[in-house]
Amino acid sequence: MQLPVLLDVVLAVLLVVGAAFSLIGSWGLAKLGDFFKRLHGPTKASTLGVGCVLIASMLYFTFRADSSGVSLHELLITLFVFLTAPISAHLLVKAALVLDPGARPPPPAEGGGTTEA
Amino acid sequence: MIVATLLPFAIGAFTLALLLNLYRLLRGPGLADRILALDTLYINSLALLILVGIRFDTAVFFEAALVIAALGFVGTVALSKFVVRGDIVE
Repeated sequence: MQLPVLLDVVLAVLLVVGAAFSLIGSWGLAKLGDFFKRLHGPTKASTLGVGCVLIASMLYFTFRADSSGVSLHELLITLFVFLTAPISAHLLVKAALVLDPGARPPPPAEGGGTTEA
Repeated sequence: MIVATLLPFAIGAFTLALLLNLYRLLRGPGLADRILALDTLYINSLALLILVGIRFDTAVFFEAALVIAALGFVGTVALSKFVVRGDIVE
């Protein structure tokens, strides 16, 4: 691996940030107490971590010694993951509400938006 | 050369994340927790494949990662729809 110093530093930062975010997201999945709390970890932190790793891969395969032009494959996965993560989170919440209807919060009071005491 | 020394640690972090997901998959009290654990599992394994591709300096793992991304999403949607509707294709 022969990389310029600046690229090396950028790749290292992206890898550290990506691994840290994914690990924190999975830790939240394992640690938090309620399904709706647990949903926060994977849908936000893990998606960002995977995005960082994919950007690092894109930079690496574009600037490595015998690269054949710009490597845009990874953009495909990045787009796909960023598009599908909210959709699957929404479907999961719907499934959880079907399984446990008591978890649905009560509807807001009549009168629309006025604050109650 | 920072990346070369850093990559094993990043791979280790993703392996630890996979183990945490496996814990939630095996333990998770509800069905939705298990589906969520599977969802996170495929996203983390995708990132792990990309990292292994950088480590061994090949692009062969990329196609595997793309297939995992597509099929994992389809699997999550199918499982969720099965829970909501009791049927996948209506």
